[in-house]
Amino acid sequence: MTYEPVIGLEVHLHLKTQTKAFCGCSTEFGQEPNSQVCPVCLGFPGSLPVLNKTALDYGLKVALALNCQIQEYTKFDRKNYFYPDLPKNYQISQYDLPLSKNGFLEIALDGGKLKRIGIRRVHLEEDAGKLIHQEDSSLIDFNRAGIPLLEIVSEPGLNSPGEAHEYLTTLKSIIEYLYVSDCDMEKGSLRCDANISLRKTGQQDLGTKAELKNMNSFKAVKEALTFEIERQAELLNQKKTVVQETRSWDVKNLETVSMRTKEEAQDYRYFPEPDLPPFILSPDKITEIKKTIPELPRDKMLRFVKDYGLSDYDAKILVATLKDANFSEECIRLYSKNDKKPIVNWLIGPILYEANSRNCNLSDLGVAVKDLIGLVDFVERQEISYLAAKSVLSEMINIKDSPANIIQKKNLAQISDIKSLELQVGEVLKENPKSIQDYKAGKGNAIMFLVGQIMKKTGGKANPKVVQEILKRRLSNA
Amino acid sequence: MTAHELFDKLNRKEISPRDIITSLQDRIRQIDPKVKAYVRLSDSLHQTPILSGIPISIKDNICTEGYNTECCSKILAGFKPPYDATVITKLKEAGATVLDVKTNMDEFAFGSSTENSCFGPSRNPWNLECVPGGSSGGSAAAVAADEAIWALGSDTGGSIRQPASFCGVVGLKPTYGRVSRYGLIAFASSLDQIGPITKDVRDCAILMNIISGFDAHDSTSVDLKVPDYTKGLVNDIKGIKIGIPKEYFVEGMDAEVKTIVQEAVHKLKDLGADLKEVTLPHTEYAVSVYYIVATAEASSNLSRFDGVQYGFRAKSAKSKNLIDMYESTRGNGFGEEAKRRIILGTFALSHGYYDAYYLRALKVRTLIKEDFDKVFKDFDCIVTPTSPTPAFKIGEKIKDPLKMYLSDIYTISANLAGIPAISIPCGFTKKRLPVGLQILAKAFNEEMLFRAAYTYEQNTPWHLEKPKIE
Repeated sequence: MTYEPVIGLEVHLHLKTQTKAFCGCSTEFGQEPNSQVCPVCLGFPGSLPVLNKTALDYGLKVALALNCQIQEYTKFDRKNYFYPDLPKNYQISQYDLPLSKNGFLEIALDGGKLKRIGIRRVHLEEDAGKLIHQEDSSLIDFNRAGIPLLEIVSEPGLNSPGEAHEYLTTLKSIIEYLYVSDCDMEKGSLRCDANISLRKTGQQDLGTKAELKNMNSFKAVKEALTFEIERQAELLNQKKTVVQETRSWDVKNLETVSMRTKEEAQDYRYFPEPDLPPFILSPDKITEIKKTIPELPRDKMLRFVKDYGLSDYDAKILVATLKDANFSEECIRLYSKNDKKPIVNWLIGPILYEANSRNCNLSDLGVAVKDLIGLVDFVERQEISYLAAKSVLSEMINIKDSPANIIQKKNLAQISDIKSLELQVGEVLKENPKSIQDYKAGKGNAIMFLVGQIMKKTGGKANPKVVQEILKRRLSNA
Repeated sequence: MTAHELFDKLNRKEISPRDIITSLQDRIRQIDPKVKAYVRLSDSLHQTPILSGIPISIKDNICTEGYNTECCSKILAGFKPPYDATVITKLKEAGATVLDVKTNMDEFAFGSSTENSCFGPSRNPWNLECVPGGSSGGSAAAVAADEAIWALGSDTGGSIRQPASFCGVVGLKPTYGRVSRYGLIAFASSLDQIGPITKDVRDCAILMNIISGFDAHDSTSVDLKVPDYTKGLVNDIKGIKIGIPKEYFVEGMDAEVKTIVQEAVHKLKDLGADLKEVTLPHTEYAVSVYYIVATAEASSNLSRFDGVQYGFRAKSAKSKNLIDMYESTRGNGFGEEAKRRIILGTFALSHGYYDAYYLRALKVRTLIKEDFDKVFKDFDCIVTPTSPTPAFKIGEKIKDPLKMYLSDIYTISANLAGIPAISIPCGFTKKRLPVGLQILAKAFNEEMLFRAAYTYEQNTPWHLEKPKIE
C-alpha cells in the first residue's frame, strides 16, 4: 500500500523589535534572568498591555511578503490556559480575525519546478517565559515573556519531509531578507511544529493527523516527519488506527513520543482581548509597509539569472541570504569581463567555502570586493595557479592584505616560463619511466599523473596548461 | 467638610495640611471601629506621608506603590504593587495626600454590599445594621461618615453609584475610556471604570478634572480633550431634555424609593427641565448580559492569581505537584462569590457554549447600547433611580446571589453601554435611609451630568444631611 503524506507547518518567529509586544522591556537575548521585566510582561494585577506598533509593522511585512490578504479589521484575543511560564495564565494572541489570511509561498522542487504552498494565516501573539527545571524545583525566567511572536500557519500542502525542509529554508530566507527576525532555532527565535497525516495515494480525504513538537532544527523537522511517516504507515498497514495526538520529537532516540491525545486537549476559551480595542488597517498603511519590502530571494535569483547569465543553481546559492546576495552582486557587477562565470565560480566555490567554515556571511570575511576580483583576475591571466590562489584567499582573509602583496611575499607567481618548466619536465620524466610506458600503451591518465608530479615539485606554482603542452610534445617525440 | 471647602480654608491659611490629616486620622480612629470603612487599619494609618493637599481614600483594588492593595481577597494577601495606578500618579501630581489605608470592598469588586470582603462587611453610617452597598462600600461609607474627604471607587455594574446611593453621597461612573484603568486590578475589563465618590457635585467635578484623560498605558482610554468639569456646575437646567425610561419604574421596586424618585423628577421639572417618558426596550436583558460578559472577563482576569508570583500560596502537603498548588491556592484564596463568578465565566466561554452565551451576550449588549444612542439623539440625559431599594440589612441577601444581583438592575446598563452616570442623594426613607437619583448622559458628556446634578443639588437639602453614628 502506498501512502501520500500530508504535512502542514506552524512556524513561530520572534520578531526582532527593540521592545516587547505589549510593554517597553528590552527583547535582547541572553541577559540575566528576569532582568528584562516590568509589571506588564509579568502580568501584575492592574497592568495593561499596549501594542508595540513596530511588531505590528513587522508582522504585516511578513504577511505581505507571503502574499497574504491583510485583514482590514483585526483584533487580539485571549487564549486561556494555566502554566507557570505564562504570567497572566492567558496568552494574548489572535483567534478569528488574524492580521492576514490566504497567502502562499513558492518552493522549488527537485528539478526546479515550483510548488505553491498555501499560507492559511499569519498572526501576532506574545511569547511565554522559560522554565528551568532543577532537581527538586523549577525556576522561571520571564525575560522572554511578552516578546512578539509571529505565527505562520501553512495549509496542509506539503507532501514530503523534503518539501517541508524546502518550505522552511525558503521561508527563512524571505524572513531574513525582511530583516524582522534572527530565525535562529537554537536561540528559539524560530520554532516549528508540524501536522502530519497519511492518506492512500489518490485519496482526497485527509487521514488522522499527529502534531509534532520540539524539533529544534530544520534537520530535526525532516527526521521527525520521516519517522512519523513510517510509524503511521506501519499502523495503517496493520489496519490499526492513527490516534489524533501531539507527539514530541526525541532527538536522542530519533523517534516521536506521545505527549497528549485529543481528549486531553485543552479548551482555550478564546475571547476578544478587552484590554486592546480592535483596530483597522488602512490601505495607506498597507501601501506604506509594502514599500519597505525589498526584492525577495526568488525575484533576485531570477534577475541574477537574467542579468548576469548565472545558472539557476548558482543564483539560488548566492541569494540564500540578503548579505551574501548583496556582496555577490557587487562582485559580479564590478567584475569587468562580460562572462561572469569565473567570479561566480569563485563565489560559490572557495569564497563560500571559507565563509561556511567560519560560519559567517561572505561580507563578514573582511575581504574587499576589489581584492577578490583582483585575485580572480590573477588566476584568469594565468599568473597564479588555481591551487595557489586558494591559499592566497585564505591569507587575504587571515592577514587582510591584497592578493598582489601576498603573491609577491609568498612567491606564488605561476611559472609559465617554458625554459624552466622544460627542466622540471625532464626531471620528472626521468624519475617516472613507467608512466611514459603507460602513456605509450594508450593510458591517457598517465599524463595527469605526470602533471601532478610537476605541480608537486614546483609547490603548485607551475602553470598546468603549459606543463601539459610540454609533456604532450615531449612524450610524442620520445 | 468637602474638599473644595478645605481648599478655600487652605488658601486662606486658616488650616494647614497637617491639621486636615490629623483631624481626619482622629476621626477614622474614632469612627471606623463602628463603620469599618477601611481595611488593615491597625498596621497602617500612622505611616501616611503628609503632602501639600487634601487627603484621598482609595479603594483596595487601585494600585498604590508600596501600600498593600489586596482587593479585599485572601489570595492577594500582602501584595504591595511596585507601581502606582495612573489615577494615583495624577492625584500625587495634583498634590493630594494618598492614604495608605485602603477602603473596604467586596472581594475583587464582586458584590453589592461589601459583605464579600475577606475582612468582613462595612456598615452603613446611616444605620450600622445595614450594608453600605458595594462593591465600593468602604469608600462610600467613609465619605458619608466623614472618615474621608473624598474617595475613589471603581464601577463595573454600579459599584460606585449603588453604594453612593445607599450612603447618601455623590458617585460618578465616568464614560468608558475617560479615566485610565492602568493600575485598577481588573474585574471585567470592558466594563470597569474608576470614579469619584464625594460629598457634593462640585467635589466630584474637581476630582474628575484630576483623574480624567488619555493614558498611553491604557489602550482603551480615549484621546479626547478633557473639559474643565467645574465649568459645568451651572445652576440652570431650563430647557434641558430629560428622558424617563418607563422600563425603570416597574414592579419589584421599593414603594418608598419610587415615590422619592418621582418627587425628584417633579423637582427637575419645576426647575425647568423638559421631561418625557422614553423607552429602553432591551433593559430587561441587561442583568443577564452583564453576568455573562462580566464573569467571562473576570474568569480570565483572575486566572493570574495562581500562587506563582505574588500574593497567597497555599502550603499544601501535596504542593510538590503544580496542579495541586494551583487548586489549593485558588480553592483557599478565593471567597465564595469569586469562585461562583469564575466558574460561571469559565462556563460561558467554554467550547460549545461560547456562541450561545458569550457571543449572544455581546450582541444584546450592542442592542442595549443602541437603545441609549436612540434616546440620546433627542434627549440630553436620562433620569432613573440608582437602586430599586434603599440599603438592606447585613445578611439579608448574602445567601441569595440572584436577589443580590438585582440590586444593580438600574446601574448595569450604563456599564454595558459605556456611558457616564452619576448618583446623587434625592431624599430619605421613613427609616432615614438615603435614596439615590441616577442621571445618565451620552458618552463623554459628563458636563451634562454635572449640570443636571448640580442644579438639582443646589435646589434640594439632601446633600447637607449627615448621619448620626451611634
